Amino acid sequence: MNAESQGHRNHTLVVTVENKSGVLARVASLFARRAFNIRSLAVAPTEDDHLSRITIVVDGESAPIEQVVNQLDKLINVVDIQDLQPGRAIERELMLVTVAVEPEHRDDIVEQLDRAGGKVMSVGADSMMLSLVGDPEHIDTFENLLRPFGILEIQRTGRVALANLDETIE
Amino acid sequence: MKTDGGQALIRSLEREGVEVMFGLPGGAILPVYDPIIDSKIRHILVRHEQGAGHMAEGYAQATGKPGVAMVTSGPAATNIVTPLCDAYLDSIPMVVITGQVPTAAIGTDAFQECDTTGITASITKHNFLVTEAQDIPRVIREAFHIATTGRPGPVLVDIPKDIVDPTNPRSSLELEDNVEMDLPGYKVDTSVDPEAIQKAVELIQNAERPILYVGGGILKSRAAESLLELAELTGIHVVTTLMARGAFPDSHELCLGMPGMHGNFTAVTAMQESDLLITLGARFDDRVTGKLDEFAVSAKIIHIDIDPAELGKVRRPDVPIQGDCRTAVEAMVSVLRDSGPGDADRTAWKSRISGWQERFPLVYEPSTPGQALKPQFVIEKLRDATPADTIVASGVGQHQMWASQYWTFNHPYTWINSGGLGTMGFSIPAAIGAKVGCPDKMVWAVDGDGCFQMTAQELVTARVENIPIKVALLNNSYLGMVRQWQDMFYEERHSEVFLSKEIPDYKGWAESMGCFAMRVDDPDEVEEAIAQANEIEDRPVVIDFRTAAEEKVYPMVASGTGNSDVIVPPSQEKEIR
Ligand SMILES: Cc1ncc(C[n+]2csc(CCOP(=O)(O)OP(=O)(O)O)c2C)c(N)n1
Ligand SMILES: [Mg+2]
Repeated sequence: MNAESQGHRNHTLVVTVENKSGVLARVASLFARRAFNIRSLAVAPTEDDHLSRITIVVDGESAPIEQVVNQLDKLINVVDIQDLQPGRAIERELMLVTVAVEPEHRDDIVEQLDRAGGKVMSVGADSMMLSLVGDPEHIDTFENLLRPFGILEIQRTGRVALANLDETIE
Repeated sequence: MKTDGGQALIRSLEREGVEVMFGLPGGAILPVYDPIIDSKIRHILVRHEQGAGHMAEGYAQATGKPGVAMVTSGPAATNIVTPLCDAYLDSIPMVVITGQVPTAAIGTDAFQECDTTGITASITKHNFLVTEAQDIPRVIREAFHIATTGRPGPVLVDIPKDIVDPTNPRSSLELEDNVEMDLPGYKVDTSVDPEAIQKAVELIQNAERPILYVGGGILKSRAAESLLELAELTGIHVVTTLMARGAFPDSHELCLGMPGMHGNFTAVTAMQESDLLITLGARFDDRVTGKLDEFAVSAKIIHIDIDPAELGKVRRPDVPIQGDCRTAVEAMVSVLRDSGPGDADRTAWKSRISGWQERFPLVYEPSTPGQALKPQFVIEKLRDATPADTIVASGVGQHQMWASQYWTFNHPYTWINSGGLGTMGFSIPAAIGAKVGCPDKMVWAVDGDGCFQMTAQELVTARVENIPIKVALLNNSYLGMVRQWQDMFYEERHSEVFLSKEIPDYKGWAESMGCFAMRVDDPDEVEEAIAQANEIEDRPVVIDFRTAAEEKVYPMVASGTGNSDVIVPPSQEKEIR
């Protein structure tokens, strides 16, 4: 995956929904039914108990983004949708990754990790678990860097995002 | 007022103005059926839950009021899935209440449990699973609000038994006089943008080959009168889609009739050659556009729809206008009154249109003596022998297309059919629903023999509940529409389309269901039989018209081809190009 080419194809939608059971299923089933592709999805409660926020990265080539937004907006439980323009939002993702690493290469990895701003979470005989938070491109880069060592397990959260202050584009 | 969930549910329906509901009880919904005995709401007991759903649809289409159906859990809920999907695709306001197993049993695969809200989520405008008795009045209010506003559609309310069962403490609630809705994510914007209207009017004023492309949204927004005004003010010709037949009078000189796969030649071709399609509450369905990238290639598009997701879904409009169709049409009329209809020269266009009309009228070969009846002939005779405001409800197949083509619809809300889903078996229950809503109008179902066998049992309902509909059965012994495709595209290889010439005995069957029934084989008997049927008001009537099996619906735009390649009847082939 090339971060740059992904940038203009993918749209990040921040969808505020009523915090009720079944709402995530409605959103997911809408995407399936209309053949819109989801690249990543993250859900969590918000500052308001009644609302949850779903951050969805949509493959803009699977459907025109305005069609995705309009269809989502028809879901009764969807309260608000923001289509975040690239570069006008703060996007973050968390990665947990276990890499195979011989003891003699540990320092090497830790140095790279420090530079990237990550943390060592756990150390095994010949593996290490690392965590890194950052914008998704940053995480991609670091993931690529780790590949030669051998990635044993990886878990990424999918991105969450909020619009830059004063620059919310509806 | 202290009450229980079942009482509150019926009370809430009464508050919404519900006068009639269609349904069939069972275990999970039992507690709600008890208070019906004391309610002024008329309940019509159906013989199959699919019937309840289509009756509610027919009622809604004929009256404009939301249709209401109530059934129990599990198999009853799945039986009503087809009507829900039907109503969803045709934007029909309907509220369906289903029983559900008690809240504590949900998720345990209890007897007659099914995930009703899960199954119906993608074929309803919205659905609710109510888990607290206290929420019932609010949810019912919300269900009706959602079903009837914006782009109308079906809403399902799933009610677990414990919250309506008066013997269960979980069912007790305080019924407030004032019920507030809580729908933070539902907003309906019916207003239209005056600037967009201005732009649309400019396109209209300058168009040389404009066509008003009218869909079901015009009927939903009750805009038939405003449409007439717009058409007459501008002199622009009108096509009415399968969902909009009757929205503009067929007898009007500006009416070109139905476009689409079996539309008449002039309607199809005028759209195809147009330079401006003024699209009112229509959605560029594939049955109308034919092959999309060959559809009306030189036309600019004005698209007016209440649902923003329709604008640009299929064809990108030059002027998209989100809002209520009637408001938009009235706004255009008023701007056009001020600024004039424009001075584009449309004489050439008008003469092309009348040329097509002369060369390519709807035609069929009349039957020669001794031959089977022509279905088109039956429709013409029926049309001529019934009042102008007769409601026609049709099934799905060849008979549906002939009914739409050969009837003269001069009044809105007189044509009821299953357009989007194409549900066989729609006509009889839909006709029943329409007759319940409009008891003073004559209601004819035009049905096929295949369709009839899917829902005929509702004639029992009609007889027992005193709903005297009439059924014209165009009986060709075939799944005719499928046979037509096999004739045209599968080298006449007929695979599983022949029903039977002898079985069932439709007359005997109808009589056993309490109907008055006749069988007609001869063209000379048609008028007499219809006249007799029209006299009968104390029970349903069925006429089994034995029609010619080889008859095809023309014109036709074959699936996957463009609208310029319309297939005309053999007698007109020499006229083409
Ligand atoms: C429930 C359902 N099953 C199958 C079809 C496919 N289908 C469309 S038209 C048709 C034939 C209908 O036969 P009939 O009611 O006799 O009408 P005819 O075409 O002969 O007038 C069929 C099978 C359908 N539309 N709906
Ligand atoms: Mg048939």
